[in-house]
Amino acid sequence: MTAASLTGADVKTNVSLKRRLKRAERARQIKALALVLPLLLFLLFTFAGPIAGMLWHAVDDHEVRQVLPQTVAALAGWDGKDVPDEKAYAALASDIQAARAAGTIAIAAKRLNYAQNGFRTILTSTARNLKAMPEPGTARETLGKINPAWRDRATWTTIRDASGPVTSFYLLGALDLVRNADGAIVAAPPDQAIYRDVFGRTFLISLGVTVLCLVLGFPVAYLLATLPPGRSNLLMIFVLLPFWTSLLVRTCAWIVLLQSKGVVNDSLHWLGIIDEPLRLIYNRFGVCVAMTHVLLPFMILPLYSSMKAISPAYMRAAASLGASPITAFLRIYMPQTLPGIGAGSLLVFILALGYYITPALVGGAADQMISYFIALYTTETANWGLASALGAVLLLATVLLALVYGKLVQGQQVTGGMKN
Amino acid sequence: MSDASSLRTPSQRIAWTATIVISTLVFIFLIAPILAIMPLSFSSGSYLTYPLPGLSLRWYDDFISSPRWMNSLKNSMIIGVASTLLSMVLGTLAALGLAQWKSRFKPLVLAFVLSPVVVPGVITAVGLYFFFAPIGLTGSYLGLILAHTALATPFVVITVGATLQSFDTNLARAAASLGASPLLAFRRVILPLILPGLASGALFAFATSFDEVVIVLFMAGPEQRTLPREMFSGIRENISPTITAAAVILTTVSVILLATLEGLRRRNERLKGGG
Repeated sequence: MTAASLTGADVKTNVSLKRRLKRAERARQIKALALVLPLLLFLLFTFAGPIAGMLWHAVDDHEVRQVLPQTVAALAGWDGKDVPDEKAYAALASDIQAARAAGTIAIAAKRLNYAQNGFRTILTSTARNLKAMPEPGTARETLGKINPAWRDRATWTTIRDASGPVTSFYLLGALDLVRNADGAIVAAPPDQAIYRDVFGRTFLISLGVTVLCLVLGFPVAYLLATLPPGRSNLLMIFVLLPFWTSLLVRTCAWIVLLQSKGVVNDSLHWLGIIDEPLRLIYNRFGVCVAMTHVLLPFMILPLYSSMKAISPAYMRAAASLGASPITAFLRIYMPQTLPGIGAGSLLVFILALGYYITPALVGGAADQMISYFIALYTTETANWGLASALGAVLLLATVLLALVYGKLVQGQQVTGGMKN
Repeated sequence: MSDASSLRTPSQRIAWTATIVISTLVFIFLIAPILAIMPLSFSSGSYLTYPLPGLSLRWYDDFISSPRWMNSLKNSMIIGVASTLLSMVLGTLAALGLAQWKSRFKPLVLAFVLSPVVVPGVITAVGLYFFFAPIGLTGSYLGLILAHTALATPFVVITVGATLQSFDTNLARAAASLGASPLLAFRRVILPLILPGLASGALFAFATSFDEVVIVLFMAGPEQRTLPREMFSGIRENISPTITAAAVILTTVSVILLATLEGLRRRNERLKGGG
């Protein structure tokens, strides 16, 4: 009897203890989440929100809809085979009248001009010459007389394709693609197709800088990882000081060194090696040198930490088994540095892809990378759609590479943990 | 210890010598540009080349007496300190929370928190420009402080998080079992132990803001121009020796930050070694 009731009580306390433990744990988790929440909300407002906004700008197409609402509505049922019917012309005339009164013609004109060069003139000249609403039934004739472009089917497809609310126009444009009058995606005319070239250039410069960083960084990381800690700590200053020095200072230093009356050219001239100053800056060479200088520490540091983790016992074992030093290095040491090489190279490449300041200051017109064009379209020409679309492509590339980097670094941590 | 002493074959010796020679050249490549512009700031002439015609402090004088440069230094300090403080609060709280939080979504949240470091500066700047302009945060100190805080906080989360990982949670439990309230335990037990981590985080945060120029380029009005922003215009227009004086001042700040960080690291290692 007593024994049974005791066990019963035991079970009860056991259950309630378990439950209480669970409850306490849940409370702890909620508290932990509450600590992270302020940062998450902050980043939502100052980072994720703005980037989502930028991505929206890449597909947003509200201008024509807002300025020419009746035309957009009238074109909704248009088959696009021939010029639209009288109703659409009347709607356009009425929209233009209203837009002129509201002073909003320029908004639609700017958007339509992106799609078809010269559309600004068509729209503004029509607005200027359309004194009054045409008599019912004569809108097509009147508009055609003011500007013959209104007799052209392509003019109308341009309006229809820009009538939103979302568009693939900017994203296609960022890849040098356009939609033709029939809605098929075709290559952009050669004089407008510049972005594939810019993306290619961005890729090549980043790749070149990554390779340079690897070639220069590997021996340094090896030296630092092999030397006794006292000496390697001292030499580490040579890597960390540039790392901590302002990007602007370093870029400025390279201009001072490499410009035509700069330190390098003057020294070479003084030594009698050259007569004319070499062109070392405001070209691809200058961009690669300055970017390699800025990004080299990002290669050396991950390489160093991966090399530091390699036990010297492996090399000794290889030697004792009769491997020549070169074989041991290539077959035993190198494979173990591969994760470090991968992490360092990816990091440098990702950072290089988005570079703006250095190429803007030490590059020529033909060395500007994608970030330069994003900035240009944002602040100078205010073509926010195209700026955002180019940004979206760059962001996609960065995020994909960052995911690979994350997997790589995570994998390293796992194997590192297993080794210990 | 060193491999250098255990080198036996000639080929090994050649390889090692080559490593030293190449590394020396790379070290020169890394450090020479920074060292090369320093003496130029003390030149008495206005050409940025050697040999110096004479020594003078005229360019520092020029810097100090220029309202534009001094204003930019003041702005860098205001924005740097404010965004450091804000990112310390947000980052430390988040690091404390992340250390206790167990969920399969944790890697995802961590990736989100760290993403401002990876996303190219221009993208963040353009996004902020579109987002902050309609609500009046462009051309304001507040907008820049918020933006720099977003960029700096990941470094705080990383450094403080790393310190917490080596932190013995039993100490917090011991404090609780001895009757300390969570706040008291934090103040008297946890805080002193993670203080070096917090300090490194703060240094990283300050350095991030102090060096940032892309966001400032997009968002700052003429009133909020920072030191790097002023240098950017200076380099674009024409490089006067005053810029090299500004560069020396910026580098001095970097060296102080780096030295403090190194000191903290050494202290931490000593403490770990002693314990």
